[in-house]
Amino acid sequence: MIDWALIAESWPLYLNGLKVSLILMAISVSASFLLSVPLAIARVSPNPWLSKPVFLYTYVIRGTPLLVQLYMIYFGLAQFEWLRESIAWPLFRNAWFCAWLAFALNSTAYTTEILAGALRQTPSGELEAARSLGMSTATIYGRILLPSAIRRALPQYGNELVMVMHATSIASAVTIVELTRTARDVYYNHLAPFEAFGLVAVFYFVITFALVGLVKLLEGRFLRHLRPMSVPSKAA
Amino acid sequence: MFLHGYFPAILEGLRSTLLISAASLSIACLFGLIGAGAKLSGSRMAALAADVYTTLIRGLPELVLLLLIFYGGQIMVNALADKAGLGYFDINPFLAGTLTLGFIFGAYLTETFRGAILAIPRGQMEAGKAYGMSRGQVLRRIILPQMVRHAIPGFTNNWLVMIKATALLSIIGLDDMVHRANLASAATRAPFTFYATIAGLYLAVTTISILLLGWLERRFSLGVRKVEF
Repeated sequence: MIDWALIAESWPLYLNGLKVSLILMAISVSASFLLSVPLAIARVSPNPWLSKPVFLYTYVIRGTPLLVQLYMIYFGLAQFEWLRESIAWPLFRNAWFCAWLAFALNSTAYTTEILAGALRQTPSGELEAARSLGMSTATIYGRILLPSAIRRALPQYGNELVMVMHATSIASAVTIVELTRTARDVYYNHLAPFEAFGLVAVFYFVITFALVGLVKLLEGRFLRHLRPMSVPSKAA
Repeated sequence: MFLHGYFPAILEGLRSTLLISAASLSIACLFGLIGAGAKLSGSRMAALAADVYTTLIRGLPELVLLLLIFYGGQIMVNALADKAGLGYFDINPFLAGTLTLGFIFGAYLTETFRGAILAIPRGQMEAGKAYGMSRGQVLRRIILPQMVRHAIPGFTNNWLVMIKATALLSIIGLDDMVHRANLASAATRAPFTFYATIAGLYLAVTTISILLLGWLERRFSLGVRKVEF
């Protein structure tokens, strides 16, 4: 049987965990979005000195587990004495900073590839038209390439947002009391796995579908011009 | 000494990571085939059950599912054993971990396999039936060989995500590569060295996987002409 009293009792803990998870996600996603725009531009650049290092970065990050990346930053960096004696040490000793850094760097790699893929799909005519009007490269990116690439990337970017939301559960491994850590604590205190993890599953499920719904709304707004016409208009 | 003498222990961890991945993959393929079969079976109940399965799994973080199934399963098995008058069962973490991972990635593979089957022209199955083949023969001779080709890209992706997800099993106490690195770091106070080493090993495994599966895809696509624009 489900112990409803336990659920009611731990409900405030879960709400607090929800807040922490959402903050973690928000700061990671905003950093990764800001970083991935310039990196995606470098990734599609014809200059190999720009595109290859970015490829190497995304390849290494995407080829290794996030948990190991987080451990490398949070537990690993303490190995270096010069870092421990530098002014940056209070930052790297902080679980929040390390989790944010790991999640942001990880999500940047995936987002960069998504954006680069969308940039590559630009119809070449658009680029030619912009060049023939005498636009500078910066203007072309700002007015033509990025606005349409970001729109095209929206469905895949929605998936990435859900992935980051789910990835925040890994922060529970480095002492951050977000949703999953809350559930683990409730489990250890009461040995009630179905209540502890079932409730947290409901939370994640609701957030996931809220995110999916939000992206659908954005798609309806920004990809309206790509929607198939419902009734073929009769040619006049 | 190289890695303070812990290199053999780490390699053993790699072996166990690969074993877990391979075992989980086989289980995931089984769940994926059953799920895809259920979604395409035409039976409303089966399709609904498969929809619930894939939606639930894909809406939750892997770690939460692992904890729920691992700890929840432990209690359920013991409650059942208690009713049956058997003693306490300590669930083998390897078995529980691989079953759970297989169950999770089965949901993702369900969609991959479903898409791959749908990519085969219907007429071919009808032709098979017209030749008097049984359902099993159509499946074995026509659907499966072609499905492999369509499924490989999605399959590759899921495999890569799954290898990386095995790292989470160290959290529920499985003796994998990450667990070995944890132990070695604690003993030597050189955590970065060990985590970087296993990161390199994961990267090697994913790279080899990409190369092998790319080769396999080319092999299964022999005789398929690419569109040239």
